[in-house]
Amino acid sequence: MNAVSIRGVSKRFKGGTTALEDIDLEIEPGEFISLIGPSGCGKSTLLRIVGDLIEPSGGDVQVNGKPARQARRDHEYGIVFQDAVLYEWRTVSKNIALPLELAGWDRGRRQARVDEMLELVELVGFGEHHPWQLSGGMQQRVAIARALSFDPAILLMDEPFGALDEMTRERLNAELLRIWEASGSTVVFVTHSIAEAVFLSTRVVVMSPRPGRVSRVIPVDLPQPRSQATREDPRFFELATEVREALHLGSGDAPSLTEGVL
Amino acid sequence: MTTIGRRGRDWAPAVVVLVAFLGLWEGIVRGAHVQRFLLPAPTAIWTAFSSNQGQLWHEGWVTFQEALGGFAIGCAAGMLAAVIVARWDLVGSALMPYAIAANAIPIIAFAPITNAWFNPLTKTAHMVIAAVLCFFPVFVNVVRGLRSVRPSQIELMRSYAVGELTVFRLVRVPIALPFLFTSLRVASVLAMIGAIVSEYYGGALDTLGANIEQDASLFQFEKAWAEIVIACILGIGFYLAVALLERLATRWQPRAEMVGA
Repeated sequence: MNAVSIRGVSKRFKGGTTALEDIDLEIEPGEFISLIGPSGCGKSTLLRIVGDLIEPSGGDVQVNGKPARQARRDHEYGIVFQDAVLYEWRTVSKNIALPLELAGWDRGRRQARVDEMLELVELVGFGEHHPWQLSGGMQQRVAIARALSFDPAILLMDEPFGALDEMTRERLNAELLRIWEASGSTVVFVTHSIAEAVFLSTRVVVMSPRPGRVSRVIPVDLPQPRSQATREDPRFFELATEVREALHLGSGDAPSLTEGVL
Repeated sequence: MTTIGRRGRDWAPAVVVLVAFLGLWEGIVRGAHVQRFLLPAPTAIWTAFSSNQGQLWHEGWVTFQEALGGFAIGCAAGMLAAVIVARWDLVGSALMPYAIAANAIPIIAFAPITNAWFNPLTKTAHMVIAAVLCFFPVFVNVVRGLRSVRPSQIELMRSYAVGELTVFRLVRVPIALPFLFTSLRVASVLAMIGAIVSEYYGGALDTLGANIEQDASLFQFEKAWAEIVIACILGIGFYLAVALLERLATRWQPRAEMVGA
């Protein structure tokens, strides 16, 4: 049974835009999949269809062997958005504990899990802070802690580091990989960044717009665990180039002959 | 310096201004022999105040009850209407333009009319206008607050598969609270205005407004001013009480260090 099984999914919005057409994708448990593509290729829409936050116009999505709707009800996945969406009136701890409260966990169990999560995202000691007291990168770590707090099998992430600066982004990429290995979850990660996609993923799914479809799936054979050294590996550049070329092909731009390597 | 010492230093200039102002007032009235119907001296007002204290505080209390009653009814109605309007868009688009317009008109102009509808010698007449005055700002602001929820904040809750009521309780209410309290502070002032001014057009003999009006027309200005001072104290007290409630309820709000506030 695959973690995520997307078959023939399409999505047409009112007004006639075809956001997605005939998407087929099988994701095995434990994989780290990136969805990358230009604006309008439907990657965020696809992510939300997997999370049953948008209904597809056609096709079928199974998550852990269940229809997407049932998977949402059973809390099979956690989701992280580009905007951390932390509730300002709650402390960091209470934000992380939110899904646990909703699931009816008792206070003791909640506190124990929150402490675990704070350790996982390296924010020990910040439990009683309020979101506005944290930097953007820290807020995203809280959002990740919240998404993983109830131990979902799947993590959906929509450009979670998009609003952060490059250095924080690279650091959080490394942390995310560490968390991924520690939790053993399956990750579906939407991004605009080629470097990020290659660094993080086991496979990169390149999408093209108008209408949104999968143009190529590129397996990333870089060794695990990955580190800063990986970013300087020649194979890393090769894969990034492959992804870039697939992107240009997909959106119909010819790659420029004078373009730099990265 | 201790917090109290620092606070004292922040307030000191304001206190000096008050003392200087009162001193100047007293000096000008005595020195220029200002007529009592123009401006009584602070000492004269104080005499009128201290010799009628029991009566004055009683009048204040009666008027305050009207203001408080009107405040409670008007704000509660405003909150309820706001929840309904925010939930059902069609009702909202039908009613919001009128509410916003009503918020801009001087509703106090209706005071003589509400006094004709209800017996002005009872508290009801004055509570009604106070309630109407409070209703509109609360209604408009709470609707704004409920509508200011970002889609992503709701999307997150949907990913947890919870019901609408839970989303309302856990997300919409906390977001709307600051908006609500801003309007409650405004409403506290309006409620006092409504009560007192409607009493000018007819109120029982033990109300503040009726007495201010009567004392002024009988040339007992020192007493009228003393009653106005009571009104000010009650008005400020009411506002501060609401502000305190706001502080307690929204302790999570980031606050810039405020000087002297």
